[in-house]
Amino acid sequence: MAASSSSDTFNLLWLQAASCGGCTMSALAADDTELLRSLERFGIRMLWHPSLSEESGTEALSILEDCASGRVRLDCLCVEGSVLLGPQGSGRFQMLSGSGKPMMEWISRLAAQASTVVAVGSCAAFGGVPAAGHNPTDARGLQYSGWDLGGALGKTFRSGSGLPVVNIAGCAPHPGWMVETLAALALGNISAEHLDALGRPRTYADHLAHHGCGRNEFYEFKASAARPSDRGCLMENLGCRATQAPGDCNIRRWNGYGSCTDGGYACINCTSPCFETPSGPFQETAKVAGIPVGLPVDMPKAWFVALAALSKSATPQRVRTNAHADHVIVPPARKPFKSP
Amino acid sequence: MTQNPTRLIVGPFNRVEGDLEVTLDIQDGAVAEARVNAPLYRGFEQILLGRPAADCLVIAPRICGICSVSQSVAAARALADLGQASMPDNGSLATNLILACENAADHLTHFMLFFAPDLARSCYSEHPWFQTARRRFAAGDGECARTLLPARARFLHLMGLLAGKWPHSLALQPGGVTKGIDPGEKIRLLSILAEFREALETHLFADSLESIAALNGIAALEAWADAAPFDRGDFRLFLHIARHLNFTGLGSGPGRFISSGSFGLFAPGVWDRDALTVFDPTQVTEDHAHSWMEGTTASPSAGKTIPSPDKPEGYSWCKAPRLAGQVAEVGALARQMVDGHPLIRDLIKTRPGGSVQDRVVARLLELARLIPAMETWIRAIRPAEPFCFPPTDLGDGPGTGLVEAARGTLGHWIGLDGGRIAHYQIIAPTTWNFSPRDAQGNPGALEMALAGTPVLPGETTPVAVQHVVRSFDPCMVCTVH
Repeated sequence: MAASSSSDTFNLLWLQAASCGGCTMSALAADDTELLRSLERFGIRMLWHPSLSEESGTEALSILEDCASGRVRLDCLCVEGSVLLGPQGSGRFQMLSGSGKPMMEWISRLAAQASTVVAVGSCAAFGGVPAAGHNPTDARGLQYSGWDLGGALGKTFRSGSGLPVVNIAGCAPHPGWMVETLAALALGNISAEHLDALGRPRTYADHLAHHGCGRNEFYEFKASAARPSDRGCLMENLGCRATQAPGDCNIRRWNGYGSCTDGGYACINCTSPCFETPSGPFQETAKVAGIPVGLPVDMPKAWFVALAALSKSATPQRVRTNAHADHVIVPPARKPFKSP
Repeated sequence: MTQNPTRLIVGPFNRVEGDLEVTLDIQDGAVAEARVNAPLYRGFEQILLGRPAADCLVIAPRICGICSVSQSVAAARALADLGQASMPDNGSLATNLILACENAADHLTHFMLFFAPDLARSCYSEHPWFQTARRRFAAGDGECARTLLPARARFLHLMGLLAGKWPHSLALQPGGVTKGIDPGEKIRLLSILAEFREALETHLFADSLESIAALNGIAALEAWADAAPFDRGDFRLFLHIARHLNFTGLGSGPGRFISSGSFGLFAPGVWDRDALTVFDPTQVTEDHAHSWMEGTTASPSAGKTIPSPDKPEGYSWCKAPRLAGQVAEVGALARQMVDGHPLIRDLIKTRPGGSVQDRVVARLLELARLIPAMETWIRAIRPAEPFCFPPTDLGDGPGTGLVEAARGTLGHWIGLDGGRIAHYQIIAPTTWNFSPRDAQGNPGALEMALAGTPVLPGETTPVAVQHVVRSFDPCMVCTVH
């Protein structure tokens, strides 16, 4: 993984800003092969990655410097983790070790050279968990600070290709989202219309986490879980935001078999800005007069209330019973045919 | 001839989790003193304050993407401690499996991605084993990672089934887990584990897990290493290289080992030079003398986290945890030592501070012990019985949650007031191992282990220093949260 460039490779540099490393860990399971091999198929060459590269210390710094000064062509800069502007705008809450300079400074120098800049994960996209509460480190995304433009790279930032920051939001993002987005970039297949209003790739952001949810039948009948490990729908009581959360989590599974809702816990809408600071507890549904506040994104409230009341009155006993257990109590069965 | 010390600042220190910078004072071709800096601060302990209690189950795991399950378990145990909650047998078994999956995957990831690539560095090109090391361990295209990363990914399918996803699951609750396992899933879990076992036994160990777990001393380890060509399995290749590079003479730590015990399988305790005593978390304090933090030494049940970036004596965001005032090492070596595994007891009897080789051996040994244990836990699951008890009412007051992450003892200390988090302090494994000096000037475990490490002329990123640092499998993002 030496730092040189040639025209037929797509040079990618990956930095970890104030991250937990979870995006990389998620990516390592890409396609059940691994990140590097999944990217190689598309001619993507990793110039340096903090977890995966041999180069350390001065060797690593010289790769970064070659990219920042334009000596090596940088087709894509991936940043994982929030950019810390604090304390007092100095960036000293994260210094790039060995360089004596804040990470935010390296990121802005490198971003200025990159054809495309990719925010990997919700931290780099919007600020994420480090920006929660009173945001003690002044954590920002690259392009956004929460819902607002005004991330570390500035409101009007555009990379060399003219694109805004591509936000592969998620905490962590699905490995497939990362590989597909990077591959599409390498193939020249991403333009502005392939991104949603917040810069998220529409390949996954055009879906809701609710689509394909394994608890679909419970949702239909509003047969709701009351406590952790119940099989019922998690939306009415346990804080599930899957009907509002962009993501195809329940269409393509995680780690072979899973998803948050299949795992029995609420979707916390981790692909959206400010998910880290909900109005109430994460695992409780905020309600007004018994009606959940966060209704499905584009459904009129009156209709939701009317349909919920109707479907609750039609709930089969089987569904009602199974909603309050951690395993199937009543299997689906027809009444036996009567002999003529 | 004695020369004046020269100073070397080494970083970025990659292939550790998170950010690390090491300052070395070098004299006569070796490290005289080391100072370890964690140059990142995110402030999770501050972020948790004022939140509803159960929010720690969402926020705390996100401290770390490499051991988020360990953080989940610590947070859930802290809440369970507050509410005096218990969990059904299925809940304990599933928790064990989820945690063991993370620990085992971590040990493997560390070996093949973080540690072993240094053995393939061109500085070793004169050694007869170099071509083999290069082929197996090179970063990026080494066969070891190319073969075992897919095996690891399929092993993590266990997380898909039991925990929804990894990292950052919400499945681990104070009363158990949110996902029941049906009889079909139980079979799938056994299949996942069987496939992983086969990959480990074929490539990593070139032997059965049981044979590795049964190694009962240094003589047995050496005899095993010599019983086949040096390239038969990556563990044997490592042992061969370790012998050539004198890894047993490198990286001796404080010789005081802590484990809070794990899975009911590895016993808790403290090993302190020939004696095993009880681990009492109330003896733990955190010293701030050389951290960029306000305040003085305090118990984590009372301590605060208030950054002080201009503090002149500070050189790290990491605090300095101490047990009854003493420096200690945590991790697989500590866990297996405290538990009394005969091989590890023999290693530490011979080298009381441990070594680079001993830490790697302990991790791979633990991997060999965990997989068979996981098989028995899966078989013990009873699908039609409960996996989670309902949430209990949390009273105000303090709660403590301890767990063994792959890298060692992790503790969460919570305090509630009016149902909201009024206090949250975390001591992670690497906070122990990579702590800065304390008020008495005592170096942390790694700082101690680096002293005496050889530095060759012209080295700017000394390779032996890298071996020592990575032998601890540091997780810097956990360290400073």
